[in-house]
Amino acid sequence: MQYKGWEGFVPGKWNNDEVDVRDFIQRNYTPYEGDASFLAPATEATKKLWNIVLDLSKKEREAGGVLDADTKIVSTLTSHGPGYLDKDLEKIVGLQTDKPFKRALQPFGGIRMSEEALNMYGYTLDPQVKEIFTKYRKTHNDGVYDAYTPEMRAARSAHILTGLPDTYGRGRIVGDYRRVALYGVDYLIRKKEQDKLAMNGVMTPDKVRDREELSEQIKALKALKEMAALYGRDISQPAATAQEAVQALYFGYLAAVKDQNGAAMSIGRNSTFLDIYIERDLKNGVITESEAQELIDQFVMKLRIVKFMRIKEYNELFSGDPTWVTESIGGMGVDGRTLVTKNSFRILHTLDNLGPAPEPNLTVLWSKRLPVNFKRYCAEISIRTSAIQYESDDLMRPEMGDDYCIACCVSCMRVGKDMQFFGARANLAKCLLYAINGGKDEFMKDKKTGKPMQVSPEFAPVLGDGPLDYDEVLRKYRQMMKWLAELYVNTLNLIHYMHDKYSYEALEMALHDTQVRRLFATGIAGLSCAVDSLSAIKYAKVYPIRNEEGIVTDFRIEGDFPKYGNNDDRADEIAVWLLKTFMTDIRSQYTYRESVPTTSILTITSNVVYGKKTGNTPDGRRAGTPLAPGANPMHGRDTNGALASLESVAKLPYEYSRDGISNTFSITPGSLGKDD
Amino acid sequence: MEGYIHSFESFGTVDGPGIRFVVFLQGCPLRCRYCHNPDTWLPGGTAYSAEQVCERALKYKSYFGDNGGVTASGGEPLLQTDFLIELFTLLKARGVHTAADTSGWTFDPEDPASVEKHRKLIGVTDLVLLDIKHIDTEAHRALTGRGNEHTLAFAKFLSDNGIPMWIRHVLVPGITDDDGALKRLRAFIDTLSSVEKVEVLPYHTMGAVKYEKLGYEYSLKGVEPPAKERVENAKRILGAGRREN
Repeated sequence: MQYKGWEGFVPGKWNNDEVDVRDFIQRNYTPYEGDASFLAPATEATKKLWNIVLDLSKKEREAGGVLDADTKIVSTLTSHGPGYLDKDLEKIVGLQTDKPFKRALQPFGGIRMSEEALNMYGYTLDPQVKEIFTKYRKTHNDGVYDAYTPEMRAARSAHILTGLPDTYGRGRIVGDYRRVALYGVDYLIRKKEQDKLAMNGVMTPDKVRDREELSEQIKALKALKEMAALYGRDISQPAATAQEAVQALYFGYLAAVKDQNGAAMSIGRNSTFLDIYIERDLKNGVITESEAQELIDQFVMKLRIVKFMRIKEYNELFSGDPTWVTESIGGMGVDGRTLVTKNSFRILHTLDNLGPAPEPNLTVLWSKRLPVNFKRYCAEISIRTSAIQYESDDLMRPEMGDDYCIACCVSCMRVGKDMQFFGARANLAKCLLYAINGGKDEFMKDKKTGKPMQVSPEFAPVLGDGPLDYDEVLRKYRQMMKWLAELYVNTLNLIHYMHDKYSYEALEMALHDTQVRRLFATGIAGLSCAVDSLSAIKYAKVYPIRNEEGIVTDFRIEGDFPKYGNNDDRADEIAVWLLKTFMTDIRSQYTYRESVPTTSILTITSNVVYGKKTGNTPDGRRAGTPLAPGANPMHGRDTNGALASLESVAKLPYEYSRDGISNTFSITPGSLGKDD
Repeated sequence: MEGYIHSFESFGTVDGPGIRFVVFLQGCPLRCRYCHNPDTWLPGGTAYSAEQVCERALKYKSYFGDNGGVTASGGEPLLQTDFLIELFTLLKARGVHTAADTSGWTFDPEDPASVEKHRKLIGVTDLVLLDIKHIDTEAHRALTGRGNEHTLAFAKFLSDNGIPMWIRHVLVPGITDDDGALKRLRAFIDTLSSVEKVEVLPYHTMGAVKYEKLGYEYSLKGVEPPAKERVENAKRILGAGRREN
């Protein structure tokens, strides 16, 4: 089949009755090794639109964080009529509701959360909507709480498991929004209908669910077309121009954020894909460079104003109101050509044209082999704006190929081929305290007895006045980790079952292969605190201090001990052991829908909140003080300079933490050397 | 043999070229009033063998690139010259660039044993960061507790032996930023033939809190870092930056 939108493109597998965006890119993109001198400034229309956004942002701040919120209309792809910043100036259109900065009502994750968020900002949920979502339509949150075991509830309220997506949208699923532009929605519907026809045989519960989900996907694709039609756009056919391509791609993403209030709603890897359309238009004289930049600027502007209605605690947990619209840029192809195109520059150039902003989260996939001009440009923009995130393409490409993207901050997935079940974190520092106290929480009291709450089954606690015996503590810690891993995975199994059932991401999954690989993401919090605590027990003398109920609530440390973050193998080996051991425990569990278990060590801001729920630890850390973010050493304990600290982190084996390892590191320009 | 070490810095970027592993040795004969490492003055520290230090440094070899390496600083690293000779010899054998950040005070041109020892050291030293704190010996004494004769003699010794050096001068308002003294210092530097670079280091007050912790009196209380134009002035007079020889 040949469409007008495909004219001038090199054919291949991608248009041979297949959906294969990577093949399209590989056959059609133009690597760019030149410099940034071709870039164009913002157009007048872009500037005017951006001023409207700035003005609305100011009003939103003045209004206490939310400018307007829908209290009545439940957000779906077609729930709202078209909304504009200024219709005449917008090259790329589409808003989440009928007005800019008006937040949508998205109760499928949980009606209580929706209501609470509205109340916090002075809005009242429409009583009828409340009735519908309590009496007639069950939410994800209700489903989870119907099925939670008492042990899961206890672990959750004690915060040894924390941040679980049981009251909010799990997010982290990235649709391949490029498919909307490349194939048009009709083609995608036809392919999904074929898949559904082929899904036959014995109707096991799994197959029934798969068939039902495919129907939901097809319905979502049809709704996507209707949504575009509300804006007077037809996206049933492949995009024929760059403007149509950017618009169709954005509509795909817009539909996702209308459907889901997910914790991270990343957008994928789009700039090089779009460059193909821009190059074609430039070659044919359809657009100028200025118009190309205008498309990208206005596209990015739309991504910057994606907003969700969330409770204040959520914002506190994440230090702000992040949407994690991560766009992955650049990288190298497996054939050795760079995937940097002119459009990689254009999207970074939005930081100059619109000024710096945290969203979209522009993420450069860094390789030693990136073109030097691009590296230079990245460095310049980083110095000016501090708004680029970098991740190692060289580390991810061997496993993921060259068409993966980052979801949230570090989770990599092959676009349209992998999805992820986001799984929050288990607190391994607190787990160590449980090992010492036999699973009794150091803070929480049992409501009935008033005694310390028994969260795990009653394991034998450490007895006596110490010093703590390393082998004994380690043995008990192993038992407790096994318990925690099993409980954690099962809690997530339950959560994701309910999310699929009550808040299925039909539109995003319609933009995935039907035979999708599912990743079962888990996470670790408190790594360095647990490592230093074990190191203290091993290399120094640590005496437990008990309260009147016999619970160890503090420690007295005699002597010094090696600390993680100093490139000292004695401590770093404990970190490696801890990660490998916990991940092995995770891997040995049954995971929902044959998903592949992964883990991450990547708390970026939530370490502060997790620390509040963790008592005094054997490394000397005081109760309630922050844990270190991600895989960072504990604050102030890395005393051998930056490289030693980074080398410690770099020892953590990535193959055991495929969902990402983060290390938060800031450095002043002066400490990078002198100018002269 | 063992050396007495205060601490290590794995990412040194201001003490010599490139990325450097910096070894801070414990102990110093001078008492510079502006010193920001007063915790390195007295003997003590932790004992490490030269092999141990070398092994630590080599962990970062991949970061050294074309011009990075190891810098011995302190304290006064040359107080432990024998240890330094051993350490630098090990590093040179592994192809690592070596630099010593020193005041040159240990060099006594009248003492043949001292000269011999320093000759041995410079045989395994690629670069000396020589700190000339004041060109006038009395002012030097007032500032550091000792005269500058050894320092200047060491500069000449390095020059005569063709050992590359960077001259460093800490700029303290009212103490080391007098134009006349700076000009005399420049005249002295110009007599040397192996100076690759002259660095002006603006005085800062970040060390002051250490004095408080150690219970020492900080005699520069109230002295502010030099104004930008004074720094530029000093740089101009001293001909700061890279030099062609």
